Amino acid sequence: MNLYKYASPVNFYPLAGKIIPWFAIPAAILFAVGLYVGFFVAPTDAQQGDVYRIMFIHVPAAWMGMFLYVLMAIYAGVGWAFNARLSSMMATSISITGASFTFLSLVTGAFWGKPTWGTWWVWDARMTSTLILLFLYVGFISLQASIDDPRRADRAGAVLALVGVINVPIIYYSVQWWNTLHQGATIRILNKPTIAPKMLAAMLIMLAACWLYSIAVVLVRLRYIILEREQNAARFAEVTA
Amino acid sequence: MLRWIVWRDLILAWRRRADVLSTLFFFVIVVSLFPLGIGPETQLLRSIAPGVVWVAALLASMLSLGRLFANDYQDGTLEQLLLTPQPLYFIVLGKVLAQWLVAEIPLVLIAPLLGVQFDLSKETLLVLFVSLLLGTPVLSLIGSIGAALTVGLRGSGVLISLLVLPLYIPVLIFGAGAVDASIMGLNPQPNLSLLGAVTVLSLIFAPWATSAALRISLE
Repeated sequence: MNLYKYASPVNFYPLAGKIIPWFAIPAAILFAVGLYVGFFVAPTDAQQGDVYRIMFIHVPAAWMGMFLYVLMAIYAGVGWAFNARLSSMMATSISITGASFTFLSLVTGAFWGKPTWGTWWVWDARMTSTLILLFLYVGFISLQASIDDPRRADRAGAVLALVGVINVPIIYYSVQWWNTLHQGATIRILNKPTIAPKMLAAMLIMLAACWLYSIAVVLVRLRYIILEREQNAARFAEVTA
Repeated sequence: MLRWIVWRDLILAWRRRADVLSTLFFFVIVVSLFPLGIGPETQLLRSIAPGVVWVAALLASMLSLGRLFANDYQDGTLEQLLLTPQPLYFIVLGKVLAQWLVAEIPLVLIAPLLGVQFDLSKETLLVLFVSLLLGTPVLSLIGSIGAALTVGLRGSGVLISLLVLPLYIPVLIFGAGAVDASIMGLNPQPNLSLLGAVTVLSLIFAPWATSAALRISLE
């Protein structure tokens, strides 16, 4: 089997349709299992009570937000360097999911912060850099949205994503430094040496569920993008028929 | 080549002096609005001064960046520049240098005067001046990437700020941090060194990214 065949969006379209259930169904099962373990099996935290359980959504969401930005930049870069349309479409597709997860992690973080710290928002280093990550996603998405020519949008997005990826560590450390300068170590998140095995299990299951969900959703969105862009391709009709 | 580009852009800027002055006055007005919005307590003003001046400098550079490639794009000069056999890196560097001289240097020069409004000491004014002098090249350099990506797009003015402002954050932190340190009687050197490092890094990489972006935008 020639795998390169699937680098063509038109050929990938039916394949994506076939493999989506392989990610979507396990994602649904793992979400169910993870939420069950997280809410009913994992013990109540000694210091925080039951509030901490939002971490089972918050932490995977925050991780996904970061991973997906890097993944998006890689896809965009590959699409630019090798002139691979499918790869660029992947980047566009990932950007929305990544921004959603980043936003979700900020919202759940606020929900956790209100009862625990007594405030919806503090200018903590991690929260600030997550907010900046959301800004970077917004920049990428709005740049691509305002360019009419899809190939130019792909490449311009790639430049921005790569510049962003180089900048992320600089931004991260500058924010951390800024934070230590401006406020002492007043608050630390989950500064415990160990985490109960059941909590860890729930967290990992939720992380796996988020990954599978992301792949499924990205592929679904990718199919719509292909549908939109390749509708005039001669072979498209026979593939979708 | 570099000199020729810089000279040409300086002449063009001189013929549109009003643009330069409007950016400068935008900066002055934004900085002066803060005491009006916050209140005239000297202690408070002194503590917010670094952030205010730096944020105003970031916003002011947004205004001039929109023009960096737009005029050349409209009259077709940019296309011709891309076709020359000279390396695009230096053409971009020349344009950025000219933009810095025209749009940023006036801000750097007037900033100490604005600092006086915020009751900063003489040493702090010097640190403010040096931090802006070191940091504003980064604003022009990184900003040129955004300007190149958005050249010829509708609504590029707002878009450019969405793309570029998040990338300015380290400059803002180090720049305002240096002035802050000086106000608190600490050594501003670490912040200034980091600012210098960011400047050198972006001097190396940004013109390259801008060249790539220009090729993409004009293809």
